[in-house]
This record gives sequence, structure tokens and C-alpha cells, in this order.
Amino acid sequence: MSAQAQPNSYRTGPDERGHFGQFGGRFVAETLMPNILELEKAYEAARNDPSFHADMANYSTHYIGRPSPLYFAERMTEHLGGAKIYFKREELNHTGAHKVNNVLGQILLARRMGKKRIIAETGAGQHGVATATLCARFGLECIVYMGAVDVERQKPNVFRMNMLGAKVVPVQSGTRTLKDAMNEALRDWVTNVADTFYCIGTVAGPHPYPAMVRDFQCVIGNETREQMMQAEGRLPDSLVACIGGGSNAIGLFHPFLDDKDVEIYGVEAAGHGLSNLHAASLSGGRPGVLHGNRTYLLMNQDGQIADAHSISAGLDYPGIGPEHAWLHEMGRVQYISATDDEALDAFQLCSRLEGILPALEPAHALAKVVELAPKKPKDHLMVVNISGRGDKDLFQIAEHLQEKIV
Amino acid sequence: MLKTQPMTQRIEARFQKCRAEGRAALVTYVMAGDPDPETSLAILKSLPKAGADIVEFGLPFTDPMADGPAIQAAGLRALKVGQDTVKTLDLIRRFRADDQDTPVILMGYFNPIYVYGVDRFLTDAKEAGVDGLIVVDLPPEEDDELCLPALKAGLAFIRLATPTTDDKRLPAVLTNTAGFVYYVSITGITGAATPDFGKVASAVERIKRHTPLPVVVGFGVKSGAHAAAVAQGADGVVVGSALIDALKGTLDAEDGATAGTIEAVTKLVKELSEGVRSVAKRAAA
Repeated sequence: MSAQAQPNSYRTGPDERGHFGQFGGRFVAETLMPNILELEKAYEAARNDPSFHADMANYSTHYIGRPSPLYFAERMTEHLGGAKIYFKREELNHTGAHKVNNVLGQILLARRMGKKRIIAETGAGQHGVATATLCARFGLECIVYMGAVDVERQKPNVFRMNMLGAKVVPVQSGTRTLKDAMNEALRDWVTNVADTFYCIGTVAGPHPYPAMVRDFQCVIGNETREQMMQAEGRLPDSLVACIGGGSNAIGLFHPFLDDKDVEIYGVEAAGHGLSNLHAASLSGGRPGVLHGNRTYLLMNQDGQIADAHSISAGLDYPGIGPEHAWLHEMGRVQYISATDDEALDAFQLCSRLEGILPALEPAHALAKVVELAPKKPKDHLMVVNISGRGDKDLFQIAEHLQEKIV
Repeated sequence: MLKTQPMTQRIEARFQKCRAEGRAALVTYVMAGDPDPETSLAILKSLPKAGADIVEFGLPFTDPMADGPAIQAAGLRALKVGQDTVKTLDLIRRFRADDQDTPVILMGYFNPIYVYGVDRFLTDAKEAGVDGLIVVDLPPEEDDELCLPALKAGLAFIRLATPTTDDKRLPAVLTNTAGFVYYVSITGITGAATPDFGKVASAVERIKRHTPLPVVVGFGVKSGAHAAAVAQGADGVVVGSALIDALKGTLDAEDGATAGTIEAVTKLVKELSEGVRSVAKRAAA
């Protein structure tokens, strides 16, 4: 894929203007620019402050429940008859997904900055729940923008956010999904710029968000390295994670990017298939500019953003984090995709073989494990990130399988 | 500051004319292709006659994150009838055939321009008769993308200054801007809150201490009275959402134009024009 020169390290980005190669940047309205610069400064200071890291570590251990286990999926391994499969159990975190790792970092940062009002966008609702949770914990006002379509298909999470004291605002504009929730959150931020902290849920948006969110999620990959060394005495041979914006994936991948022998697979949502409606920005999109950064986007000839589709609300976004766009062009990570049907099959397989109900998002990653693992030798160590648990998806899965939940 | 290229002359000439008449300029915004291409062209043509001095034409975009409901809906109406960048430039070409004097500013978001191809876009826009560009999601930090190539091509790149742009940041915002400076009167989206006109006047004064360029004010201006209030201190008044609301009020159930559509817009423009003209300003020395 790549005609570009390979860098000495894949882990040094972004540059001071927030660029990963040609991707990233700060494409925002002037009103927000001073805030973005203030945030960049505040994050830089926090990053270099041992007390910030001590706070992070304390809440990670006692509130989130880290480290999350690296679990040998014995029956899945037997069933597929190839690679030795490990699950990184991010679904066991407090609030049931990896999202909380990032939210903890951003909320601690918001506290340092003296911001009392927190806004967030959410797709599946996992980021919204994590934000509502930490806002409750620290006594902060919380407003969550959520596409009206997603409010409908993720009702349990909407109720959860309400119970946590957050205000969920259903977004009726555009396609009424994640991208429109992000537009509405940006409109709120531009209006309430003085007292508001925008807690973005993925590795997208204007610099410094893609780098900052990645840093907060790298705990996933750092733990995996250590745990695999303990379990097997060596690094894994391959990593697999699903990608909407790409935060769970970059969190797992980033600490391994310079280990050239580690194969890395990112799995986008192919929806009804790549020739129909889907959400696979790298497989089916082109470079463009949206939500503060240049990245691969699904769009038409005129640069109008296209409707994405995935059974998984968390992957239903027409863009992808800029660092993934760069890793794609550099050829360091292989980006593949799984359809709605493949994800549903993998969901059922994992539930029955391992007694773990994965969310529909990591079910996409599992769908590709089902394909990749049998082709690998038995001493191949494959790690898949189980980025969230499936409870939130049960009603929707039941509907697709035409089964009734009493 | 870069040397002013020929295409910004229309903008300069228009501000000079207004100054000579001892008043602020009226700048109007409508969306290209809303509610259909021919009606939007007819509206564009009618604006100078109704009292607009400079016309802004919106480039429709699916995800206008700095715009309120009125302009969001206008963009979606235009996209629904197939409006795109090629067609928008064509409408401007047809406008220019009858009117060589009124400055035309294209206003929108970067993605449609980026996808069209920056160099090709600048060539085609200049050829069509565009004088300047306002691109909401390109702050000075991204000047390499479009601002510098536009200035090189002889198109004014008009920057937005906002209440959050403090004295320390203003020079960065004013460097490489041309034509005029657009002061956003509120922290917020288009068509939302009505600004505090006293605060706006002092903000305009502050900006004028940093630049010889005309300073126009927009966001939240809805009536002739508002326009008059803003015209006290500013060199120009921008009205957009209110015109789009007036247009929308005349559309049929399928969002089609009716007999009253064009007149609803020109009627409000006349009121705004009277507002601007009711405030006598000292002619520039």
C-alpha cells in the first residue's frame, strides 16, 4: 500500500500542529481556537505532572478496576483450531467498556482546568455512560448529545445516563446518529465556551484530542504487553480490534507499533457489505476534513458526508481517527472489515463458547478472529480486544435474530 | 499584510462607496440552491436592488457545525435538490453577467472545497466572479490549506474574529486576512442569541485599533432596528438566518418556492437597508 518512506518510529506523532503525516490538524471555528490551545497547554502540563499520573493510577485501580485481565480463550481456540486466542477483557471495566479509561483522564483534566460543565457526544451510549459516571463521581454537570436514532436503539444506556444524573439530549438534525451528535456537541461548545469542557469519546476531533485520547487508552496495550510476557514469556504475534473512531484499537496497538513482528489488524464495520451501506471509512472512503481533523471519510463526489450504517451504534460513524488514517497509508496496520451478519454470528459463537456476551462492536473484531485464527499455527499468540460488554445490545440482537425477550 | 490583488478591488470600492455615503454596508447571506437553484439565483439578483451592498452565498454542507437550525435546514434543502459546488459557481457566473460591481463572497466549510481541489476551486471561483471566501473551519493555524493559496490567486480570505479572540490572538487572526474582517457578535451559532450591542461596539473599536480593514458584524442581527444598532460602530452589518427564516416561511409543504418567496426576502432586506441608512456616519477623511 505504502509508497512513503517508513519512519524510524511509528510512535512519535503527532507533530506540534497535530499532524500524523497529512492527517489530523485543527479545523475548527475561531471561537473554539483559544479553548483548543488552552486545552493543549493544560494537557501538556498534566502529562508532565507526576501527581496527575498518581491520580489516574489510583482511580484506575480502585474505581475502574484495572488492570483488566488478559484471558486465554481456550474453547474459542479449540473451536477455531489455529492461533492461541487471548481476550483483553476491557468489558470488565466499571461501566462495561474501554471508554472509561479516556473519560477518567479527561475529567481529571477538566477538574485541573476548573471547568464545571461537561459535554459529550455518544453513539452506542458507552462513552455517554462513562462520562455521566465520572461526572456523578466528581459532582460535575453533564450533558450528553446522542442521535435520536441511537437513543431509540440504545435505550438501556439512555436510562443509565438518566440515573447517573446526566441530561441526554436527543439530536434530531442530519442523519440523527453519532456524527450529528458530534456536530451538536460542537455547537454547544461554541456557545458555552467559557465554562465548558468537551469530553470527546474517541481519537478524533481537533488536536490535541486524537493524541490525548490515545494516551489515555494506551493503558490497554501497556497492560497487554506485561500480561503476555507473564503468561507466555514473549510478545503476542497479532492484535485484533474493532474500529469506529478507533480509540480501543489505538489503545491496544500503539504500544506495539514499533514491534515490527507484531501483525496488527483493525476491523471496520462493513454494515450490509462494502458495496451497500457501511461504516468502513478506510476501505470505502477518501481523505477529507470533518469535525476538526483531516482523515478518511465516507462522502460523495461533492464532499458531502455520506450516511454510515452499522448494526453497532458505536461503529456507525463516517470517519476514523487521523492516526489510523496515517497508519493505513504507511501500511503498518492492516484495516479489514466485518459485516453486520458476521458480527452477529461471532457474538453468538463467543457467548456460547466462552460465556462472555461481547458488545456488537468487539463482535466485529471477533468475526475476523474467526477468519484469521484457523490460518495461523498453534503457537501463534493472537490478542483480541473485547472493548465492551453486550448487555446494552441484547434487545437489538434479539430483534435481528427474531427472538423475543420476555 | 499581503499586497491587495485585483479581485479584492470590488470589495474595496464598495466600502469606499458606503463611506462616501456616510453609512455602514449591508451584507446579506443566502444559501446557494435554497429552495432551488433558479429561485436562489433570482434572490441573489434581487438583493442589490433591495439595498444589499455585498452578497454572501452559502456553499451547502451536510455538517455545518457552526450554524443554527435555519442555515442547517437551508443547506439540506439545497442538497436535496442536487446543489453542489459546480452548480453554485455556475449561479455566481450568471449573477456576474448582469452585475459587475457587487462583491460576492462564498461562505461555507472546507470539505467541499478540499474535495473539489483547492487549486481548481480557486481558478474556477475567480473565473466565476467570486471576490472573497469565508471558510468557518479554517483558523489561522491552518492558513496553508486555503488562505495563502487564495490570496495568491487574488481572492480575499475573510477571517472571523470572535469574542474569544483576545488582543494577544488578534494579530494572528488579522495577518493574511483581506477584504474585511467579520466580527462574530456572540459566542455561539448563527441565528441564535441577539448580541449585546454595547459590547459589540467596543469589540469593533478594539479590532479597528489593530487593522485598517473594514470590520463587519454578524450573528444574531434580525431586524432593521438591530441593523441600525450595529451600524453605529461597525463598517457593515451581516444578516443571514433572518433572511432564511423569511424565505422558509413562504415555502410549500414540499419545501418548494411559492409566489411570495423572493418578495419575502427582499422585503426584509429593504427594512435592513433602511436601518443601516438611518445611521449617519462621518465620511472617512
